[in-house]
Amino acid sequence: MTMNRFRNRRLAVAAAAAVVLSFTAAACSDDGGGGSGGGDDEKITVGIKFDQPGLGLKTPDGKYTGLDVDVATYVAKELGYDPGDIDWKEAKSADRETLLQRGDVDFIAATYSITPQRSEKVDFAGPYLLAHQDVLMRSDDDSITKPADLNNKKLCSVTGSTSAQNVKTKLAPQAQLQEYGGYSECLTGLENKVIDALTTDDTILAGYAAQPEFQGKFKLGGFKMSNENYGIGVQKGSELKAQINEALEKMVADGSWQAAVDKNLGPAGYQNEPPPKIGVVVP
Amino acid sequence: MKEKPTVLYDVPGPRARRRNVLYTVLFVIAVAAIIWWVVDSLAAKNQLEGEKWDPFFTDSRVWTTYILPGLKNTVIAAALAMVIALPLGALFGIARLSDHRWVRAAAGTVVEFFRAIPVLILMLFANAAYSEFTDVSPENRPLYAVVTGLVLYNASVLAEVVRAGILALPSGQTDAAKAIGMRKGQTMTNVLLPQSVTAMLPALVSQLVVIVKDTALGGAMLGFSELLASVRPMSANYGANTIASFTIVAVVFVVLNFLLTSFASWLEGRLRRGKRTTGAVVGVEAVEELNRPGEHPTEPGDRP
Amino acid sequence: MFDFLQDYDILGAFWTTIQLTFWSAIGSLVWGTLLAAMRVSPVPLMRGFGTVYVNIVRNIPLTVIIVFTSLGLFQTLGVSLGAKDFTGINFRLAVLGLIAYTAAFVCEALRSGINTVPLGQVEAARAIGLNFTQTLRLVVLPQAFRSVVGPLTNVLIALTKNTTVAATIGVAEAALLMREMIENEAQLILISVIFAFGFICLTLPTGLFLNWVAKKVAVKR
Repeated sequence: MTMNRFRNRRLAVAAAAAVVLSFTAAACSDDGGGGSGGGDDEKITVGIKFDQPGLGLKTPDGKYTGLDVDVATYVAKELGYDPGDIDWKEAKSADRETLLQRGDVDFIAATYSITPQRSEKVDFAGPYLLAHQDVLMRSDDDSITKPADLNNKKLCSVTGSTSAQNVKTKLAPQAQLQEYGGYSECLTGLENKVIDALTTDDTILAGYAAQPEFQGKFKLGGFKMSNENYGIGVQKGSELKAQINEALEKMVADGSWQAAVDKNLGPAGYQNEPPPKIGVVVP
Repeated sequence: MKEKPTVLYDVPGPRARRRNVLYTVLFVIAVAAIIWWVVDSLAAKNQLEGEKWDPFFTDSRVWTTYILPGLKNTVIAAALAMVIALPLGALFGIARLSDHRWVRAAAGTVVEFFRAIPVLILMLFANAAYSEFTDVSPENRPLYAVVTGLVLYNASVLAEVVRAGILALPSGQTDAAKAIGMRKGQTMTNVLLPQSVTAMLPALVSQLVVIVKDTALGGAMLGFSELLASVRPMSANYGANTIASFTIVAVVFVVLNFLLTSFASWLEGRLRRGKRTTGAVVGVEAVEELNRPGEHPTEPGDRP
Repeated sequence: MFDFLQDYDILGAFWTTIQLTFWSAIGSLVWGTLLAAMRVSPVPLMRGFGTVYVNIVRNIPLTVIIVFTSLGLFQTLGVSLGAKDFTGINFRLAVLGLIAYTAAFVCEALRSGINTVPLGQVEAARAIGLNFTQTLRLVVLPQAFRSVVGPLTNVLIALTKNTTVAATIGVAEAALLMREMIENEAQLILISVIFAFGFICLTLPTGLFLNWVAKKVAVKR
């Protein structure tokens, strides 16, 4: 009798363990799925942002929209891949070099500014867009007309971003700085007037301001506080670089580039710079 | 509702009842005032607008694209942490009951060390260590770091749970095992450990609640895409509805943890009432008790 | 090897941790006592409120609460708790969040302390003619307080460690500095050992001392 009961209990424990194991097994297979990189002829893996409206955004139906996505799709098409053959992968700012170096992605189009430090680790095709650091403020706020006006203002940016430090050290040392994990947290404060301005690249700001919920509520300062040359990152020494450059030139020439910029960032009144020349980085 | 007698006051008479009604009315007014202020302020900031909340009720894609995958990662991290930490904890818990002084001391030092350090510090360390010393892909690193931090901390908490579970068994069990000629190791693996697992179950389930709550740190500080981190892409898509997204996510956390807590209490009640077990239980509250560094309910030598 | 340490205010960061712990401990003791009073009060509605509060707060991650103080209370409702700059506002918000969370645990510790007093003690007190306040003051509370020192020590230790969560809203305490240092310096092991040691210095002596107190004042039954 007692033995029987013990056996049952042991069975129950075994069953519980099996459930847990199957759970973790599912987790593992999930993680293993995307890591193959570009070895396969059929598919191409592209790194983009998942949470930046106007540039790279994962929408509720699992699709991706934004300028970076449109550029990457065009480039992939020129490389011989249909939109359906693209594996999109999230490339968070801090992970971009590692993703390329490990070969987890074939190329990255994720608000990726070309800088000397990054160029030591990866190669850049492009640039395909010249962006500037800028501020976003409420459209009824006329007190900020130049960067120095940010002194004593409440400024918001994301943790560890260079934009915030740039303002703090060079442009407006008296500005107060709040850092959050993401820009949408800053927007809530900006909308409710506890934050005066949000600073980062004008493209990112325009992407937020172009969302239907925000149209008319915010405006860009147009201060051009820095030059950000968005490039497409590839592995060091990759032959993709030349092909991507060709694709980018074609995209500008046939007008798809301007169409993509207008579609994704236009509604916010974003004035884009003329398409940059391939290989020319504006310092 | 029938009043139970307590140490604080008698069963209320007519005057006390009238006074209680007055208190109730005042309390309702105070709570209502606070709620009214919150709702009014939220409405004034346009946070109660339908467009910010509707997606959660009308658009199932919000759940399938953001919330459920986040919840899945939370559950995976918590389950992995529990499954890995439990055997480690058992090892250390048993080592602390060893007859050899140096084994007890070594295990004790390790357990005390990891219990004294915040789990966030352990996660930050694990995250940096994986990126510096290993080849884990950036995609998986947050999960690895979160699980590692949770395992390091919870193994030491579970070591105490296991120890308490073994100590909670009646001494007759050890005596009987000795009487039929079992050696120390046999007593532990064949008699004490199997029975203590049952005794520990409620404490284990409620420790799972602590683990689930701590996974949110990974979302906020390490970029682990768990439930809390799903707020960001969600609010990026729906016009910065951060308040609505946060509220929904908080509710999901509460429901998940409430189910676990209730399950733990149910288990504990069942075990306490059970006549055919030894009746030894490490209760739900014990986990809190055990989180105290430097305190050992019973020294190993005291065990009969 | 140790030169880079001079560029960082490690002691200052731990001082912020201590301040967070101190103010949150006082606040959660007050709010937790009020909650405990509600949970044992003769008014059913207050008991209900206390129960609901404790059950909800104990099941929400502290991270969610802390982030919510910043996004909800400050950014949306405009509660700045009287501070002018972000440093002050974030610090106070973090303290508020820690109080809201920790008070639930303080409440449970106090309530279980009251429950340890046997009913017979009160019956005996009433039998020798003590009135309600005398019973509470001379019999119940002294015994209850002595039995909650141990559980409250746990809560304090947990609170000390939980102050690291304030890093999520940018309070410049130990964990935030540790993350910054790890990102900027290639001395992972050394940095981690320093911060681990710092927290051990904060939690272990407190735990040992208060447990000694708890044993000394414990009611022998």
